[in-house]
Amino acid sequence: MITADNLVKKYKDFAAVDGISFEVAPGESFGLLGPNGAGKSTTMRMVGAVSTRTGGSLQILGLDPNEYGPEIRSQLGVVPQQDNLDTELRVRENLLVYGRYFGLPHSYLRPKADELLEFAQLSDKAKARVEDLSGGMKRRLTIARALINEPRILLLDEPTTGLDPQARHILWDRLFRLKEQGTTLVLTTHYMDEAEQLCDRLIVVDKGRIMAEGTPASLIREHSSREVLEVRFGSDHNARAAEQLAGIGDRLEVLPDRILIYSANGEAELAHITELGLHPITSLVRRSSLEDVFLRLTGRTLIE
Amino acid sequence: MSASSQLGGSSSRRPEPVEGSRPAELAEAPATKPLRYGAWYVAEHRFRNMRAYTQTILATSIGNPLLYLYALGVGLATLVDPGLGAGEVSYLTFVAPALLASAAVTVATEEFTYPVMLGFKWNPVFFGMNAAPIAPRQIVDGIIISVTIRMVVTTIIYYLFMLLFGAVPSAMGILTILTATLTGLGAGALIMAYACSIREDKGQFAMLMRFIVLPMTLFSGTFFPLESLPIYLHWIGWISPLWHGAELSRVFAYGMEEPIWLTVTHIGYLVVLFVWGWLAARRITARRLNK
Repeated sequence: MITADNLVKKYKDFAAVDGISFEVAPGESFGLLGPNGAGKSTTMRMVGAVSTRTGGSLQILGLDPNEYGPEIRSQLGVVPQQDNLDTELRVRENLLVYGRYFGLPHSYLRPKADELLEFAQLSDKAKARVEDLSGGMKRRLTIARALINEPRILLLDEPTTGLDPQARHILWDRLFRLKEQGTTLVLTTHYMDEAEQLCDRLIVVDKGRIMAEGTPASLIREHSSREVLEVRFGSDHNARAAEQLAGIGDRLEVLPDRILIYSANGEAELAHITELGLHPITSLVRRSSLEDVFLRLTGRTLIE
Repeated sequence: MSASSQLGGSSSRRPEPVEGSRPAELAEAPATKPLRYGAWYVAEHRFRNMRAYTQTILATSIGNPLLYLYALGVGLATLVDPGLGAGEVSYLTFVAPALLASAAVTVATEEFTYPVMLGFKWNPVFFGMNAAPIAPRQIVDGIIISVTIRMVVTTIIYYLFMLLFGAVPSAMGILTILTATLTGLGAGALIMAYACSIREDKGQFAMLMRFIVLPMTLFSGTFFPLESLPIYLHWIGWISPLWHGAELSRVFAYGMEEPIWLTVTHIGYLVVLFVWGWLAARRITARRLNK
């Protein structure tokens, strides 16, 4: 569906995307994970055939976006980072107007709009003003709008950023349904739980480059331990405690507010620490996540 | 390799959708219709937006001619010397074609300013259109189509009032609907190009109205002939699309006498301004949407 080879986007001297290569297969759910400014959105705009690449090659549905922009875009659904619904129009009107851009007749659009409102759980809001919707509802409407042409690929740029947990879960549920229906999803996120929930495969991006690629599970297996022990000694004491902890676990990561100890068995390491006569204020044993992978690869946390 | 053969090749690998199927319009020939009619879809969208202020549009379309023609043609005319450069015709006949052109310019300044800036910034629908198959140039074309239609409707209503007031002696007067619309386009396209380029709203449009549009209206031979102004102010008229449009409209409305080369110049000047602004707007929009 998508083949990117050494994709580059430069703005004057700054390379927002600096040689990214990846492929997306039909029906796959593919993610770009990385912090803000990693080049995820720029990559998405190039894949969405609205931003011209400055280097490398890119094929979307077998077509080069430089030459076949409209042909490609007519088969995509796009959920941009910033909602661009028409706030001057009503909810259902937004779907109708957007569908017209694909050359779709009203006879198709009217029932389709109702069906999508149902899917987005917005049927009772059909005549509401867009301004009156909550953030989560706007997001669902944007997704519904992106589905009006039954796209072969759905592009989602930070679909749940800025939403409260409940709204995020509703959205994930809707996206999961699409995935089950066989829609190819490409999404960017800086939430590792989102990536774990929705992506079959992902690339970790930082500073315009790919740091790692694989399934969420394989990335964790490759770049992190099975478990993580988090201990806090209070911000002033973490660094000093860390010196004494040297040698415990496979690896240590000292963050300003806590120390992460990577190990196959977190509980055993905690017992070990207590034997040393150290008493953390709080301790927590959890499974490794993509956050840990990212920390390992870049030395930075995802949300800074 | 042509687009269609490439598309045909990739469609064989398409996964079977579980429910529903792609609309036939898209499955057969993606983007054929948007490539052809994209600008009209944009215009359609604009008309939907205009519905929100239909009442304002109607009120101004009917109120303006009524008010201006009555106040100037019937009221002010009693004070104005009809011989003042206007030749043999009444003041109402003299002023009406210019008012008509001015009405089209008013529509242009309304529709080519805030709605355009909004589409890029506060209600960034242009980015949405562009993410769909619509090309940047089609967005510009679509807005121009919608504004042109609104100008034609406005000027038709205006013209009917002019007939009602007996302000159009010549049968050729019907052509003023076209000349007025051309005036609106000549003045509006550059304004649109400017609106496309605005990234921060610092009240530029208010300045534009106050320091460019209003002086041009006052010194463009709208209410009195340009010749009655001191010679050193005539240049304002010469560069003003409204002066060219007003003079052109007078030629058709009551057969105002002027050399044929000047009439051709009026048309040429307005066409050049329009094409210049139109192409600039297309270029700026394409650059701005391709981030």
